[in-house]
Amino acid sequence: MELIKNVPCPFCGTLCDDIICKVENNEIVGTMNACRIGHSKFMHHKDATLYKKPMIRKANGELVEVEIDEAIEKAVEILVNAKRPILYGWSSVSCEADEVGVELAEELKALIDNTATVCHGPSLLAVHDTGYPVCTLGEVKNRADVIIYWACNPMHAHPRHMSRHYFSRGYFRERGRPDRTLIVVDPRESDTAKLADIHLQVEPGKDYELLDAIRAAMKGHKILYENVAGVPRDLIYQAVELLKSAQFGNLFFGMGITQTSAKNRNIDAGICAIEELNEYGGKFTLIPMRGHYNVNGFNHVCTWTTGYPFCVDFATGYPRYNPGETGTNDLLQNKEADAMFVIGADPGAHFPQRALQRMVEIPVIAIEPHRTPTTELADIIIPPAQIGISSEGTAYRMDGVCFTMKKIIDSDLLSDKEILKRMLERVKEIHASESKMESVKEVTSPAK
Amino acid sequence: MIKGTGDMMSKIILTPKEQPQVPLEVDTILPDTLAGKTIDEIKSMNILYGNTEVELQEFFDVEGESGEDPSELQIEFNGDVYNTKRIGQGMTTGEIVVKGNASMYVGAKMKGGKITVEGDVAGWAGQNMQGGEIVVMGNAGDYLGSAYRGDWRGMSGGKITVHGNAGREIAEYMLGGKIHIIGNVKMLPGIHMNGGILIIDGNVISRTGGEMKGGTIIVNGRIGEFLPGFEYLGVRKDIDVDGEVMQGLFYKFRGDFATKGADGVVYTATAKNAHIVP
Amino acid sequence: MEYIIKNGMVYDPLNNIDGEKMDICIRDGKIVESVGESAEVVDASGKIVMAGGVEPHTHIAGPKVNVGRMMRPEDSEKDVEAKSGDRRSGSGFSVPSTFMTGYRYTEMGYTTAMEAAMPPLIARHVHEELVDTPILDKGAYPLLGNNWFVMEYLKNGEVEECAAYIAWLMRATKGYAIKVVNPCGTEAWGWGGNVHGINDPAPKFGITGAEMIKGLVEANEMIGLPHSVHLHCNDLGHPGNYETTLASFDIAKNIKASPKYGERDISLYGTHVQFHSYGGTSWRDFESEAPAIADYLNKNDHIAIDVGQITLDETTTMTADGPMEFDLYTLTGFKWANCDVELETGSGVVPFIYSSKNPVHSTQWAIGMELFLLTKDPGKIMMTTDHPNAGPFTRYPRIIAWLMSSKYRNDLIENELHAWAQKRSSIATIDREYSLYDIAQVTRATAARVLGLSETKGHLGVGADADVAIYSFNPETQDASSDYMTIEAVFRMADHVFKDGEIVVKNGELVKPRIDGRTYWVNCHFNEELEKNVISDVKKKFKQYYTVNFENYEIGDGYMRRSAPIEIK
Repeated sequence: MELIKNVPCPFCGTLCDDIICKVENNEIVGTMNACRIGHSKFMHHKDATLYKKPMIRKANGELVEVEIDEAIEKAVEILVNAKRPILYGWSSVSCEADEVGVELAEELKALIDNTATVCHGPSLLAVHDTGYPVCTLGEVKNRADVIIYWACNPMHAHPRHMSRHYFSRGYFRERGRPDRTLIVVDPRESDTAKLADIHLQVEPGKDYELLDAIRAAMKGHKILYENVAGVPRDLIYQAVELLKSAQFGNLFFGMGITQTSAKNRNIDAGICAIEELNEYGGKFTLIPMRGHYNVNGFNHVCTWTTGYPFCVDFATGYPRYNPGETGTNDLLQNKEADAMFVIGADPGAHFPQRALQRMVEIPVIAIEPHRTPTTELADIIIPPAQIGISSEGTAYRMDGVCFTMKKIIDSDLLSDKEILKRMLERVKEIHASESKMESVKEVTSPAK
Repeated sequence: MIKGTGDMMSKIILTPKEQPQVPLEVDTILPDTLAGKTIDEIKSMNILYGNTEVELQEFFDVEGESGEDPSELQIEFNGDVYNTKRIGQGMTTGEIVVKGNASMYVGAKMKGGKITVEGDVAGWAGQNMQGGEIVVMGNAGDYLGSAYRGDWRGMSGGKITVHGNAGREIAEYMLGGKIHIIGNVKMLPGIHMNGGILIIDGNVISRTGGEMKGGTIIVNGRIGEFLPGFEYLGVRKDIDVDGEVMQGLFYKFRGDFATKGADGVVYTATAKNAHIVP
Repeated sequence: MEYIIKNGMVYDPLNNIDGEKMDICIRDGKIVESVGESAEVVDASGKIVMAGGVEPHTHIAGPKVNVGRMMRPEDSEKDVEAKSGDRRSGSGFSVPSTFMTGYRYTEMGYTTAMEAAMPPLIARHVHEELVDTPILDKGAYPLLGNNWFVMEYLKNGEVEECAAYIAWLMRATKGYAIKVVNPCGTEAWGWGGNVHGINDPAPKFGITGAEMIKGLVEANEMIGLPHSVHLHCNDLGHPGNYETTLASFDIAKNIKASPKYGERDISLYGTHVQFHSYGGTSWRDFESEAPAIADYLNKNDHIAIDVGQITLDETTTMTADGPMEFDLYTLTGFKWANCDVELETGSGVVPFIYSSKNPVHSTQWAIGMELFLLTKDPGKIMMTTDHPNAGPFTRYPRIIAWLMSSKYRNDLIENELHAWAQKRSSIATIDREYSLYDIAQVTRATAARVLGLSETKGHLGVGADADVAIYSFNPETQDASSDYMTIEAVFRMADHVFKDGEIVVKNGELVKPRIDGRTYWVNCHFNEELEKNVISDVKKKFKQYYTVNFENYEIGDGYMRRSAPIEIK
């Protein structure tokens, strides 16, 4: 048995990089240090169906195994003929694959978008309006005396996050947990909330009101109402005093606040609150609790290649951007989309009903190793080698620190990047021959 | 001067054929660009269909007569163009009439002239508008009279009137001009507003004037829930709004003190709003 | 492939060639003595020929640059380019996307650009973006002025240990030069504070900016790096900061430059010095002290600077000077991004609008111009805008035109700028005009020499890389002083550009958008025994204080398409 050390975990945005994989006969037979979710990603599931070959759905609905070239040819044909294709997903593949994806979208005049569209997309919209005062996770570990978890439950969603960054000792916090004050804002008595020194049990969907009150109180204004969002005014004053006296505070926030009621305006107000807290002598930063291990990586790749983090529309040949118009769900729900390519995501499991209805109506191509609700809707399925397990690539942690994901075992399958490259080359060939045809036509057609 | 629909005007009538599922974009079709062109030239002007450029005549029958002077030119979309975006985007003069619904960005970046939509408009009508007038006889979508993503300089001039209801985050980052909604409005009207006037005759669900720093919002209907970062200043009678007197009794609030140096004003009719007074 | 560029007027300060009509021969990517009959002829009669431009200080890749893009869709939306053939699309006026960055530098005749601030922990990200920045040769400077290891070594007087650590770090991050930003100030920003001047110690670490600068300059020369310490002084943007600037420069005065590669003769590089040449005590009595800085440059040979010229645009500021960006955020009320990086550095990003109507901005413009025009030897000064801080790099052609035409400057001063430009600086009294030779110096030659790259960059002598720019301007018939608009136009879009002996811009059109440039980095070897000890100490601290394992920190060779290591032994 071989032990492979310092493996970054390809599951959540915490990207723990201290996993040890036990490998026997080109199979991962065990892990050390990983949480349960991470462990199950590395291990082969008995219940899960792993695809071994590409498949195409026949007219009778049956999936038939085909060779990779045929699957790619068919996928390309669908995308080249579409007038409003979507390339969606990108959060569980490498940055190198994302880069090819952006070029494919550009070549196809398609729309490219990642899973942020259904998780931290509203955070990105808030970043556009208010900024992004962040730090890396080590700053929290080494300096933080006040930590806020707002609408997230890392005890379950990011299982090793708190032990690595909150309970752990840091350079200026030699005792770890006893040196820190924990504030949790959550309507639920979550397992994270149970650890809190102060739990602000906000009414569901009233985060914006609570933040509005906190920010007014910070500046010395009286809060207009005695009770805001289910929290007594005096408790808000008390929490504000604690925040203002922090040496180093950090806000972690999750989808409980990004996807409820005021959505991007919750985050907008939250970001402003953190920015303003820097005016009282201490330091304050925030970190969004990102889900997929490389959701952040796609946002970065998409930004440096196009100028925008997600929801990029290439219909005009140059990148255009306006979530609400150019998001995957917008296109599906408005029935604009006429073909959809999915990679490194499972919209079949996570999208609203109206979007799924459109997915049923249009051709769907899935680059996906497992059987998922998305592959149930797909007309073409191409299984790739998995990043961080059977192929290499770069991924960005929730705080922007990046890692080279390891290849632990060999696979017969092509990597995501290879599949995309082949598709891109094929699309370029088709476009080149089309433009040749065009120019021939122009030459031979009689003058008007 | 905004000119009326008098006989003096020349008129181009664009009658939509079937609206496709993949949307059209017609920001090329403005009085500014049509003036001086023949009907045949107009027919072959390019519009965007999904990711492909097509000629206008593929989706519209074109008739009427153009003129040399764009300010004397009216474009009529003679039917429902619910899946046609960017009508009147960037127009500086003349008139556009839509005899049905229109999709997103009606009159975005508009500098002058007048647009009338007899049906509904989708999101971002009047985005970053600088001047001119938009009248919507039906309902308006989200982000009416707002700013482009990330821009803190929103609608700076002109007037928008919506006879029906409007969506979320209208008048976002508004700097100047006037928006008047005769119906009801969803949450967050006047978010980050810095100037200008927003009048809502109907009801607002919640978060009126969130993070506003300046400008004036008047709500004649009922505000479902109000924000705690405002200061209550008492009852005012017959308020003066930009030289016009609005009669009646109003509660006056100032804020939103969540933001530094806030000096925005919200008036709400007293009749239905006793519940938001502390 | 062989080329001969015929009959151009060549400006090549490193070889003392000032407008001589001569032919440039190119073979296999290099400038050579002569070429065969079959060489392709590029006719440059009546045109200017210079080496490819060398950018010593720009922000084009990495986490804060990308956050600048991510935070500002309104900046991206106003400047877009569609895909065209092999040329990729892009967007961004003040922070262009990576492909657009590569194309636009190339179109201006620049062929080398150095990313001036790389957080070591996030080096992968910087290199990933550099790989996507086509055509240009490039490198990146790891940030070390607030690094905990460096602070501890230097506090303990362990300069050699510090040098060993830096040697390892250059290899681990594929770095090119030591970058120091607001030494100790960014660490203080970890607690929401800042330091003031060079003698104010970092909280808890107890070391001062002056001690950091001195120790790092010593370590730099001990290792023998090609470039000097690259210093962004303390107190950036504060009225009265010129004293800090001069005191910082003076620290390196008696330390001898000892590069083991290249022809550098300076021991310190001061960057965007326009932001560091301020007099007065507040924004009310703010005034230029550029003459004092220029005077220092005129009297001392151990230092060279780049200017950071204000271009009077709406732009995006970004720097590892975290506390400065926070001040800018409180000043403007605009959106603000920040990223503090554990044990190493920090950064901030804020949009900014420089307006010709604003008294301070007008004076800042004048201060930059004074630095250019009062520094006698253009071998000590380089043209930058600290892109995008003082303005986007795409404004270089305008700065060239300002430098070459006192009429252009005076029109601006008289008709557009706030009166402070005249009252608070001496700019209105200066009638010096740069020659094309001077321009070649401040845009190519000086940078290549101080970066240690002048063997192959910044000149057109035999053996140089065949990076050549041809501009359609005839100095024999055209006068830059009066025809400044033409100067601006020709330097925006070169007539021809060669990169490594290939034509990438032909008749004013970018024809090869897909070629990759080199990544320069320093393959340092310094006292390997000592380095072993140092690294074992570093490893222990890694476990305790970093959130990344030591083994995942080094980035490996996979993040460069054309690795160009400079061996230092």
